[in-house]
Amino acid sequence: MKSSLFAAGFLCFASLASAETPVLNVLTYDSFVAEWGPGPAVETAFEATCACDLRFTAAGDGAALLARVRLEGAASDVDVVLGLDTNLTAAATASGLFAPHGLTPANDLPVDYNDPLFLPFDWGYFAFVYDKTKLATPPTSFEALAASDISILIQDPRASTPGLGLVMWVKAAYGDRSADIWAGLADNIVTVTPGWSEAYGMFLAGEAEMVLSYTTSPAYHLIAEDDDSKAAAAFDEGHYLQIEVAGKLAGSDQPALADQFLAFMGSDAFQAVIPQTNWMYPAVTPAAGLPEGFGTLITPVKNLLFPAEKAEAIRVQGTLEWQAALAK
Amino acid sequence: MASRTGKISPTTAGGVAVAAALMLLCFGTLAAVLLRASGGALGPSDAAAIRFTVAQAAVSAVVSVLLAVPVARALARRRFVGRHLLITLMGAPFLVPVIVAVLGLLQVFGRSGALNTALVALGLPAVSIYGFHGVVLAHLFFNMPLALRMILQGWQAIPAERFRVAASLGFAPADVLRHLERPMLRDVLPGAMLVIFTLCLSSFAVALTLGGGPRATTVELAIYQALRFDFDLGRAAALSAVQFVLCASAVLLSLRFAKDAAFGAGLDRGGIHWWGVSRLSVLQDSAAISLAAAFLILPLAMVAARGVPGLAELPVAVWPALARSLGVAAASTAIAMFAAIVLTASVVRGRYARPIEVSAMLPLAASSLVLGTGLFLIVRPWIAAEHLALPVTMLVNAALALPFVMRILLPNWRAIELDYGRLATSVGLTGWARWRVLTLPRLRAPLGFSAGLVAALSIGDLGVVALFAGERGVTLPLLVQRLMAAYRMDAAAGAALVLVSVSFAVFWLLDREGRRHATD
Repeated sequence: MKSSLFAAGFLCFASLASAETPVLNVLTYDSFVAEWGPGPAVETAFEATCACDLRFTAAGDGAALLARVRLEGAASDVDVVLGLDTNLTAAATASGLFAPHGLTPANDLPVDYNDPLFLPFDWGYFAFVYDKTKLATPPTSFEALAASDISILIQDPRASTPGLGLVMWVKAAYGDRSADIWAGLADNIVTVTPGWSEAYGMFLAGEAEMVLSYTTSPAYHLIAEDDDSKAAAAFDEGHYLQIEVAGKLAGSDQPALADQFLAFMGSDAFQAVIPQTNWMYPAVTPAAGLPEGFGTLITPVKNLLFPAEKAEAIRVQGTLEWQAALAK
Repeated sequence: MASRTGKISPTTAGGVAVAAALMLLCFGTLAAVLLRASGGALGPSDAAAIRFTVAQAAVSAVVSVLLAVPVARALARRRFVGRHLLITLMGAPFLVPVIVAVLGLLQVFGRSGALNTALVALGLPAVSIYGFHGVVLAHLFFNMPLALRMILQGWQAIPAERFRVAASLGFAPADVLRHLERPMLRDVLPGAMLVIFTLCLSSFAVALTLGGGPRATTVELAIYQALRFDFDLGRAAALSAVQFVLCASAVLLSLRFAKDAAFGAGLDRGGIHWWGVSRLSVLQDSAAISLAAAFLILPLAMVAARGVPGLAELPVAVWPALARSLGVAAASTAIAMFAAIVLTASVVRGRYARPIEVSAMLPLAASSLVLGTGLFLIVRPWIAAEHLALPVTMLVNAALALPFVMRILLPNWRAIELDYGRLATSVGLTGWARWRVLTLPRLRAPLGFSAGLVAALSIGDLGVVALFAGERGVTLPLLVQRLMAAYRMDAAAGAALVLVSVSFAVFWLLDREGRRHATD
């Protein structure tokens, strides 16, 4: 008796609560929602303007996000997916689950990026990071790296988005010669890890001289740890871009709120949080500019990026090439 | 006890029910994934992955068990100060989360690790840990502790009276080996090898990281790729089925080799007081114990040393995450122990022992990714995934730990029945009274050990929680991963130290019963 009364009261309360404040469900990757990630600040700022309840759900990394909404299909109660990257958007488009955002905000990306379904929120360049006190003359190209005996740590393109980014980078820089480049790099590679964290952790522990990461990685050490010993090696071929995007699901039951969130993504309140929580470049440079440490980072001479519609085929072919070259 | 025709005893019914639940979990989730799949055949690279997976698992299992034998023997026949603590400490690697342990191993065996630093200082060439041998070394590190404990229990289960008789008959060590130790090993080793082989079947991060590249592609990695980048559910399900087939074959194979030692009952005088104390054997035993202890404890000491500075940087989120992990562990342990007792009882005394025993091993071979995805697909239409993060984690952790518990309980329980079963039945000791008077007191040590194992494994396990976690369901291992993903390696090392210490403390507490038993 008591418990059924309690249940009735609870249900009543729950339905009242939901009648009053609409809920926007945002699916994003794990590190976005951590207390030291962008999530908490973004949630506070958006809830101050939307009269809604913004709820983040975390699922692994970018690839896991797409897998998750594809698993759920049209029945998903996710409204916005935040954190896919440009290597995944073609597959996301092909899934038919995403709806056009209809917005044309300006951004400060180093390349033109316009996609009817996806809006960028941050971006970065892949790069090999090294310790200046241990490696005096870093290589200036993949060929120089392959010719040297410098040790590197990379991630598996079958399990990790940066690992996939490297495959795309080599492909964009060398095209048909990419298999030769991988063959040349084989003896530099200490090992291949399933994710970014393992490789970066092993690099910091001294397992290799360089690690595949981002040009913005040294900014973390500089700003958060007051350590200026880390740097990214600038490669003559140019650097491959990772653009992180968000899109709303066609099946969203809060389409207006989802649109409002996508527009909010370009605002100062969102963008100013990005550099020192996600350690990437914000898609729109905040009014106050970038944090000081970002000025010391390298600026690649050339931007490399495959258009989304080509990326999927190159991903499959590049990964097979990578596997064949390194499995020898 | 054995039932009359047409009537199923409660023991059998309980075992069948638990086995059916496990089958449902393993195959139901697989079916859920398959139902959503279209196409999906295995490719040529999958064949290579299957070959590599079986090879590394087989070598890892054989090496772990064979190296554990002399160490267990030494620990069984020597008495020294700190022996119990050492035995407990040597169990720790098995309880440590993979990524933490790999970093610890690398601090000893890595390119700039302690070993290579020493070699270079001595003017010797450095050795590389990366490659097939590295995978085996890491699996040895993780699994030898388990083998060690299982075999040590075997030695301690030989009644002291048998050794006294051996001594009075003037047995040489070779005779003891032939009449007492070899039958015991014949009983224990196949089970230990089976558990480790099956565990290594679903290895992924360890094999890839230490294997040095795509040569070290395991089935689990192929599943990961199929599910996440290729969204090829059919291929993921097919690969997962391959893992089950491999596991089931291994169980059947080990059943062929295993043989009850049948030492008969003793007077519970405990430990082995007899032994030749030739200087050579003391030397051998000391060497075996020191080497194994160094191999198992040094990397963990590195993890601890690395974690201490990070303790100052721990985010407050560590404590609620720890509480959550402990809650999950308590529930998983209760579920796993209850289910394992029901299951083992039916394997020992009920009908359908073989099929039940095989089905109880299946969760070990389950791909946690397929399991998680299947569960997600099944519960998804009913309840939002993030509300289920913790209940699902409890259930899955319990299911994944159940095979260990059963493997630890089974030989002990069989021995009890063999030694006292007929007497107990003849005096009409059945049901609850039989459990309370006969079985429980004699099973206390393995029960404590396995409960400690389940609890610690559950605290350290990432398993499926990553697939379900929302904003609030963060457990401690997930938090360690999030800290690492945010460059905060020091804080991550600190949190990992908390995780390892708590797992170990919980294990130690529950295992104390076992250690008491091991005392004379």
